[in-house]
Amino acid sequence: MAHTQDEILAGLAELVAEETGIPAGDVQLEKSFTDDLDIDSLSMMTIVVNAQDKFDVEIPDEAVGGLKTVQDAVSYISNAETAKA
Amino acid sequence: MTRIGSRRGAEYARILATGARRPDRIVTNDEICEVLDSSDQWIRERTGIITRRFAAPGETVVDLAAPAAQQAIERAGLAPADVDAVLVATSTHMVSMPSAAALTAARIGAGQATTFDLSTACAGFTHGVAVANDLIRGGSARHVLLVGVDRMTDVIDPRDRGSAMIFGDGAGAAVIGPSDTPGIGPTIWGGDADQWEALYQTASWTEYRDAVQAGGEPDWPVLTMMGPKIFRWAVWQMADVARKALEAAEVDVADLAAFVPHQANIRIIDQMAKQLKVPEHVVVARDVVDAGNTTAGSIPLALDRVVTEGQVPSGGLALLIGFGAGLSYSAQVVALP
Repeated sequence: MAHTQDEILAGLAELVAEETGIPAGDVQLEKSFTDDLDIDSLSMMTIVVNAQDKFDVEIPDEAVGGLKTVQDAVSYISNAETAKA
Repeated sequence: MTRIGSRRGAEYARILATGARRPDRIVTNDEICEVLDSSDQWIRERTGIITRRFAAPGETVVDLAAPAAQQAIERAGLAPADVDAVLVATSTHMVSMPSAAALTAARIGAGQATTFDLSTACAGFTHGVAVANDLIRGGSARHVLLVGVDRMTDVIDPRDRGSAMIFGDGAGAAVIGPSDTPGIGPTIWGGDADQWEALYQTASWTEYRDAVQAGGEPDWPVLTMMGPKIFRWAVWQMADVARKALEAAEVDVADLAAFVPHQANIRIIDQMAKQLKVPEHVVVARDVVDAGNTTAGSIPLALDRVVTEGQVPSGGLALLIGFGAGLSYSAQVVALP
């Protein structure tokens, strides 16, 4: 079943916290993964792979560069879930 | 019709001894950052590397391979004349012929041996273990000297934040010989050659020459790689390969004495160990911290360290996995010398 945007945000925030120790509450839609949250490319890749498992969607390597903000990632996962449904 | 005769070798093979040659010069992150726009902290956080070794000017892969090879032969209680085959895994032997294996054999007094190089970058040593095992069990050789060596400083751009801080130089060796008990498990190997552009040399030597002859000032060909893409492949796909190697050897991860993956980057090593659920009591090789990534040298150097520092019992089991340019990979469980 597709998740709401809030559910995706909450799930993503958990994954970010697990990988980086950044408090889940700091993971907000407008935040940039690199500039605001200071997440490096390898941690980002770990979060992406874990998000694939958590939401059961495909996020190919080519798509990862386009995920600049938390909103980008939430939208990508939401769209991928919709496309699959 | 006359039937072709055949032969069989030893029932099993195992690693008899290891050897290492770490170049003398230790290079700190601060020294790397004299050229690279980075910092000690940035490098440590992203790679886990604190220092690496650089070979001296003119110190070739053969110069590095020979002492590592001699040490392994001595520790195996053999003489160079006992070696039937010399295999050198390298990507930085800077002449096309003769092979680094032939020059190494000549240098150490094993000129009678069959010699050839293996060009599979960071998977070179584990590919070589598979080949040596099959040579010995197939009856083509009794004692195989396998060296993994690279002088990466010849092929890196010291200004590239994607690679300059990662690589180092060094050689590790192993003597592999006959055994009464299984000492090398089945190798799981393969490739993902459609993704070769994830890690490659920017130009060929002939392209470089032609550009110089045309009056240009081309950049020296160097290694370039897509770090995050490689990271994803290395951790999650290679964890599957490692699991298959354990299954093929009928060994549980908890039965290992050591996990010795290619020393690419501490983040890959730690994440792969996490994916494999490597228990606390298993020694995880982290030679990369002060050796850097020495490509084909990385696994035998890390293996030699685990063995010589006495962190593991002789006969204990180690899971080896090499992966890199090609893309290519190989993994096997081995008994430690």
